[in-house]
Amino acid sequence: MTVDRRTALKGMVTAGAAVLVGGGEISARERGPSPDDAVGMLYDATLCIGCKTCVVACKEANDLPPDTETLTPQGLYDAPLSLNSTTKNIIQLYKGGDKLSYVKKQCMHCYDPACASACMIGALHKMKDGVVAYDLDRCIGCRYCQVACPFEVPKFQWDKAAPRIVKCEMCRHLLAKGGIPACCKVCPREAVIYGKRNDLLLEAKARLKKDPDKYNPKIYGEKDAGGTHVIYLAKAGFSFENLGFPDLGDEGIPELSETIQHGIYKGFIAPVVLYAILGGVVWRNRKRGAQDHDEEVKP
Amino acid sequence: MTEHAQPIGGSIFTRPFKILMGIFVVGALLLLWRYLSGLGATTGLNDGYPWGIWIAFDVVTGTALACGGYAVAILLYILNKGKYHPLIRPAILTSALGYSIAGAAIAVDVGRYWNIWKIPLFFWKWNLNSVLLEVALCVMAYVIVLWIELSPAFFEKWKDSSVPLLKKASGIGLPFMNKALIWIVALGLLLPTMHQSSLGSVMLVAMNKLSPLWHTPMLPLLFLISCIAMGYAVVIFESTLSSRFFHRKPETKMLGSLSVAMVVVLFLYIVLRFADLLWRSRIGLIFTDGWHSFFFWLEIVLFLAPALMLLSSKMRTNPGSLFLAAMMMILAGGLYRFDTYLVGFNPGIGWSYFPAVPELLITIGLVAFEIMVYIVIVKRFPIISGGAPATAGQGGMQ
Repeated sequence: MTVDRRTALKGMVTAGAAVLVGGGEISARERGPSPDDAVGMLYDATLCIGCKTCVVACKEANDLPPDTETLTPQGLYDAPLSLNSTTKNIIQLYKGGDKLSYVKKQCMHCYDPACASACMIGALHKMKDGVVAYDLDRCIGCRYCQVACPFEVPKFQWDKAAPRIVKCEMCRHLLAKGGIPACCKVCPREAVIYGKRNDLLLEAKARLKKDPDKYNPKIYGEKDAGGTHVIYLAKAGFSFENLGFPDLGDEGIPELSETIQHGIYKGFIAPVVLYAILGGVVWRNRKRGAQDHDEEVKP
Repeated sequence: MTEHAQPIGGSIFTRPFKILMGIFVVGALLLLWRYLSGLGATTGLNDGYPWGIWIAFDVVTGTALACGGYAVAILLYILNKGKYHPLIRPAILTSALGYSIAGAAIAVDVGRYWNIWKIPLFFWKWNLNSVLLEVALCVMAYVIVLWIELSPAFFEKWKDSSVPLLKKASGIGLPFMNKALIWIVALGLLLPTMHQSSLGSVMLVAMNKLSPLWHTPMLPLLFLISCIAMGYAVVIFESTLSSRFFHRKPETKMLGSLSVAMVVVLFLYIVLRFADLLWRSRIGLIFTDGWHSFFFWLEIVLFLAPALMLLSSKMRTNPGSLFLAAMMMILAGGLYRFDTYLVGFNPGIGWSYFPAVPELLITIGLVAFEIMVYIVIVKRFPIISGGAPATAGQGGMQ
């Protein structure tokens, strides 16, 4: 079930055609952590050996076709370079000097997802368990989610006449059947694990405490971009920028945009008042007649 | 009495019209290809730059250029300057056409166009956090409002129509419009105020991708002010061109005083632009941001030059410099929008965008279509007033 507080319409505006324009009270934004039972994933770069089993498992679990972005001359290779419209999960490698670190990329499942904030009729929306889900029926293909996402996660099927957005939904079709995400299930090193987000955060902190020399002390996603349901541990000596994560600060990405938009359109009062004022001024002017023109004003 | 709007008359299928038809047919064929093969084959778009010229030009710049109706309505109905009355109908026509074409461009750009109807009708699913939702609903409503505002031009023509249905429509439509005009005009002022500012707010969510030279909480205000300036510029542009092509008496005096309004709006914009950069402590970027700084200055020069030119009353009364100033103003507002949506937008290393040839030709085809409809309407319906044709019967575009 979707979290429909964000789209709830609590009242309708009655001012004539202004109804068409949108309306209803805008429900207050709820920020901060999701409920205690919200789920997530923890990726630990010190454990990952770059076997890419998770990449294969993800494709199988999500019925994604092979990626032929990098072909051998025989055309026999399935090796995506980055997330794309056939790849929801990828293992990449960062090489700094003689030191190497793998890093896994997929949707971060933000607390306050910019994609869901941008999406017009909620094709991308936040579920109660924290998953940012996609509903094909409500997608117009406008790609505002791609403009909004700070992690460049949503991908579009540019090669299709009837395209859709492709992104990790934490294998929610498996979660619904009591399973866990395919990448977490197959990882031979448990470099990525699935669980309650709160438990994963405690686990991450425990690992940092136990082996402070092994890790970068930061947990990416704990607070970044308002917090994400997928959290990361990096090797000591590697910054998260090295691994391709933007420094976004601790505020939710949609915060500014929604604050301004809701400031202007709170309760739809300002537009209705402005409409009444405009109508009043036009009416008065028309009654008085134009100052410098005696002909009746008409379009 | 030359105040009343009259059809220009003359034949429709002149040579320029046929050339426009040719351009439109090329665009239409490419459009068919786009629908059959998808966006990847026909555009330069990609996952880093999901929006290209169809959004930055056709929709964002196109609707701002279609603010003539809005800008003149402010003067005419709010500031009560009745002398601008002859300008309103042509302005509403270009607005109605510009917005309709922008609507068409959205159906070209979005991937799942068959779902567009769900935006206005699935109101229980509306995401009120989405700036784009507000823009979409507002633009849809405003297209309807503009055609209603223009409808008296059609009803007047049909008053004496030999087709009973059209005559009847005219008999009902004209009195209705006379009564409802105030509230329709007010809606025609409210809706652009809402969505033209929101077209700026759309890019607020691109927090880490849009250069701070353009990303500011002031985006909605800057977009609103600049669209009004562009609206006046387009009225000057359109009026100058149609008086030339249709051999009408130029409305230089009226346009000159209109440009005083433009100067006020332009200086307000420039002051706000710099004040905003100072307030956000980002003023240094105007020199240190590489290409972005260059485009910033190009923008500022294009805004400042017409503002300074039009300060001189000599320039304001000269049709040539008036036209030049209007052109620069249009380019300035257009560039500001391109910068905000494309030039200042940086999704990260490895992404680049340049419009593909079919993408450009489809846009050009849409513009050609817009001009064709404009020509047909002004020749057959009472839109343009004043200044009878220099030689009766030769009103055609030569």
